[in-house]
Amino acid sequence: MSDEHANLSPAARLTKWLVSGPPFVFLLLFFVAPSIIMVVASFRYPGEFGGLAPVAAADPATLQGLTLETYRFFFSDFIYTEIFIKSFFVALATTVICLVMAYPLALLIARSPKKSRDLMVLLVILPFASNFLIRVYAWMILLGPQAALSQLVNGVLGAVGAGPVHLLFSPFAVLIAMVYVHLPFMVLPLYTNLEKHDPSLLDAAQDLGANAWRRFWHVTFPLSLPGIFSGSTLVFIPVLGMFAIPDILGGTGDMLIGNLIKEQFLGTRDWPFGSTLSIMLTLAVLLCVWLAARVGSTRGRYA
Amino acid sequence: MRRGPWLWAAALAVYAFLYVPLAIVVVYSFNDSRLNAEWVGFTWHWYDVLLHDEDMLAAAGNSLFIALVSSLSATALGTMAGMAMHRYGMRVLAFMVLTPVAMPEILLGVSLLLFFIQVLNLTLGMISIMIAHITFSIGFVAVIVRARLAGIDESIFEAARDLGASPWETFRYITFPLILPGVIAGGLMAFTLSIDDFVITFFTAGVGVATLPLRIYSMIKIAVTPEVNAVSTLLLLTLTMIVLASRFAPDVLRGKT
Repeated sequence: MSDEHANLSPAARLTKWLVSGPPFVFLLLFFVAPSIIMVVASFRYPGEFGGLAPVAAADPATLQGLTLETYRFFFSDFIYTEIFIKSFFVALATTVICLVMAYPLALLIARSPKKSRDLMVLLVILPFASNFLIRVYAWMILLGPQAALSQLVNGVLGAVGAGPVHLLFSPFAVLIAMVYVHLPFMVLPLYTNLEKHDPSLLDAAQDLGANAWRRFWHVTFPLSLPGIFSGSTLVFIPVLGMFAIPDILGGTGDMLIGNLIKEQFLGTRDWPFGSTLSIMLTLAVLLCVWLAARVGSTRGRYA
Repeated sequence: MRRGPWLWAAALAVYAFLYVPLAIVVVYSFNDSRLNAEWVGFTWHWYDVLLHDEDMLAAAGNSLFIALVSSLSATALGTMAGMAMHRYGMRVLAFMVLTPVAMPEILLGVSLLLFFIQVLNLTLGMISIMIAHITFSIGFVAVIVRARLAGIDESIFEAARDLGASPWETFRYITFPLILPGVIAGGLMAFTLSIDDFVITFFTAGVGVATLPLRIYSMIKIAVTPEVNAVSTLLLLTLTMIVLASRFAPDVLRGKT
């Protein structure tokens, strides 16, 4: 659009700045600037009373206070890398479970008559409209020690002679709530993709003698890969940074990256290290997006 | 396989998975027991407790006020951003608008916390929460408005220009009425996101101001009573109505239904 830009009249140019200026300035101030500050903060020393060491201090020694200390610290103790790896696997597991649960639902909606599709999609979005914390809290009730599910599981375990287990405050509770909260993010892009498939392709496959499984595996599934990739990104990324679900439903050992970051900012108040962890999380997210885009584009050629 | 019984069974199981937990929260809000364990009897008690809980009511008031101010601002800014992205391309602006939507919420939360305290030296409270909410809502409004603009035939704007309409007149009489359903849907979305947000608010609220989600969080963390169920049920009802409104309002405004 750059050539069109060159021959804009003065009035049109003014319009352009009037329209794009306010959101541009706002986001420059409250999104770009804070992000830059965070990068800078990750190279600073922590302040005496938490936060950062003052930038404009009278003491010139602190003025030059840029350091790689927090990054060195991150790699000096394997526990931090371990938490990153654990978060990655939790995000991966959540994504896979969401995919397995979302696929049949999305497929059914896509193959339903046009009139009922809107309602079926709405029914997927509706629980998603309830507050995030309420959806997590629901699992606190469902997995509580007096709840039917716990009684059942422990009844079965008791019958075979195994000790009782706690469903609440466990990795299991974290995973199930992660799936519950993010499921609609997987259903919607999948449905959007599946809905566009031409049913005559399946007819052709059937005429050529493909059974239901082969029709799915060789026609529907490859065509739905773009939907799978966008859904997976929408689930994977938020789960990677999630702190509230492990915080509420997890035990002491279920700390993920998000909890670590929260702890640095609000608990120990080591902001430089918190910033470093945030930068690491950003890099992890970018890496995943890049990988997904690459895999998506190579697979897309065969589909 | 087309729509076989197995597909139906699997899909219904997923619907049940989505709805059963929420149904249980609602049911226990009427349970005459302090524990969310077994059904004792019907009561309105927890709603009564809720209506006399000053902190909770204040938090609800804060949430509403913040959602109102931030959704109106985000709607204005997001509409502008959506129009700019549609008309001029503007890849840098698109990047700035969409990234806060795509990245994990905690990153925006902590970077704003850092920025407010370390750079602006701002006392955290209403203002910081509102700014944070506007920042993440702009993208949602912009995407909806841009999608709406993409569906409009460009020649209508050319016609307006040829007939001598100024840019403002074109916007006022042509563009705005056409994108209004998108603007309203975006505004409702921003309102819901604001009232619903926990993570970013958690980092930008400070100690003085509590919103409804923050209040619910501390109740869940410290002392769970069915009052949480009661407030959840009411919130569920409100947000369901907003979602239904945002689904159907655009049609109504276009005079379709």
